Amino acid sequence: MGKHNVTMTINGESVTAEVDSRLLLVHFIRENLDLTGTHIGCDTSNCGACTIMLDGKSIKSCTYLTVRADGANITTIEGVAAEGTNSHLQQAFHDQHGLHCGFCTPGMIIRSMDLLKTNPNPTEEEIRWGISGNLCRCTGYNNIVKSVQQAATEMAKEKEASV
Amino acid sequence: MIPANFNYHKVTSVKEAIALSTELGEEAKYMSGGHSLLPMMKLRFATPEHIIDISKIEGLSYIKEDGDMLKIGAMTTQTEMEHNDLLKENYPIMGDAIWLTADPSVRNVGTLGGNIAHGDAANDQPALMLAMRATVVAEGADGTKSIPIDEFFHGFYMTALEPSDVLTEIQIPKAKKGSGGAYVKIERKVGDYATAGVAVHVELDDNGVCQQIGIGLTNVSAVPMRLERGEEVLRGQTITDELIAQVGKIASEDCEPESDLRGSEAYKRSVVDTITKRMLNKALERARQ
Ligand SMILES: Cc1cc2nc3c(=O)[nH]c(=O)nc-3n(C[C@H](O)[C@H](O)[C@H](O)COP(=O)(O)OP(=O)(O)OC[C@H]3O[C@@H](n4cnc5c(N)ncnc54)[C@H](O)[C@@H]3O)c2cc1C
Ligand code: FES
Ligand code: FES
Repeated sequence: MGKHNVTMTINGESVTAEVDSRLLLVHFIRENLDLTGTHIGCDTSNCGACTIMLDGKSIKSCTYLTVRADGANITTIEGVAAEGTNSHLQQAFHDQHGLHCGFCTPGMIIRSMDLLKTNPNPTEEEIRWGISGNLCRCTGYNNIVKSVQQAATEMAKEKEASV
Repeated sequence: MIPANFNYHKVTSVKEAIALSTELGEEAKYMSGGHSLLPMMKLRFATPEHIIDISKIEGLSYIKEDGDMLKIGAMTTQTEMEHNDLLKENYPIMGDAIWLTADPSVRNVGTLGGNIAHGDAANDQPALMLAMRATVVAEGADGTKSIPIDEFFHGFYMTALEPSDVLTEIQIPKAKKGSGGAYVKIERKVGDYATAGVAVHVELDDNGVCQQIGIGLTNVSAVPMRLERGEEVLRGQTITDELIAQVGKIASEDCEPESDLRGSEAYKRSVVDTITKRMLNKALERARQ
């Protein structure tokens, strides 16, 4: 029932496909495009492991229909930095031990990108609320908060240098 | 979890939405943010044959004051409300609620219209709308209708909207000098639906006498609930600690919570008592500023 042609940009590349109405975006990304950095944790919109960037906003891709992403510009964890390099957030998670098993990390990083875009200099409390839709079963969050703080500092430095 | 099969239709105008919905009949459902509807479809609690995607309709996402009304387009996301300067300045009750609604990624997608049209007493916006005496504006096959919020919620997931009606706008009397509102919900963890929530909107005259009062309750009844008996106690009075205590008690008596995973009935009644008093005090403080 209901096949649709969709075209979207994923990590800078245009992708066209024919999909079922009911295909969830997370399944399209993982199974059709083989971009398995986007994870499925809860499948009920609670954990944030499936978080991706859609038209500049973090969303939970387990709760989004692929057909609705027709025309969208999407970034997954695979596209946040050029091959072989780290974004400030990726580097900060590495430096601050912001991950243990890493399952939550792609979602945490995408969510933090959106957070730092709307609030480049968040307080600790704002970071904790900002990532409140992303669950981590390992770190206890403290090092994740430090990672986001480091990235915010680095991004501010970079911005200053470029003015 | 994968939803049952359905046909997907995208529309770009309200007219087109109404025409298509009328043609497809009761088995068609509108989808705005989809963050209430799609989770239900994944659990197969909802199995619509047709989804009409209204999220691509332009011009229904705005926040503005117009005459003596605050007008918010139905497709405005909760994130847009969170970052809006007018709401931050003059309607702090909105910030109170949105901060406690779901989480930032859900709020990026979920709309104000959807939060109200869903007709769920667990959602946070209905209590605010009751407190602020909102009017729901909808377009339907027979034209535009304005529905007072007190006539909007009919039952569990049931509202005054006909299946083909599109909720287009929420209208709220503009904030004026001497008015103030506040909302809080108690939640087990961030992002959870309310164990109980209370919204208060109060309007004081120059002598500090309560001219208008609205109290709405979240998730302690089958339908979003107005605390009428509590409002009557306060209207026309200079609000004192004694009256506030009395209204807290009334709230705990009149709400209709059920025991569930979020707590026993007695616990919820006790929570409602406490947070009603807190929100009355907070709204008064804001009204007096
Ligand atoms: C993990 C999670 C946690 C959440 N926590 C909370 C919370 O704490 N508090 C809270 O209030 N909400 C919460 N929500 C719900 C969220 O805020 C929803 O986004 C919102 O309630 C519905 O908005 P929507 O645009 O997504 O609506 P949809 O899911 O698109 O629609 C909901 C219903 O309204 C109808 N509808 C939508 N728009 C219109 C319209 N313009 N005209 C006519 N009918 C329409 C649809 O047909 C459907 O029946 C949560 C959601 C998730 C996934
Ligand atoms: S898998 Fe999407 S939120 Fe958990
Ligand atoms: S690092 Fe293991 S879940 Fe976060």
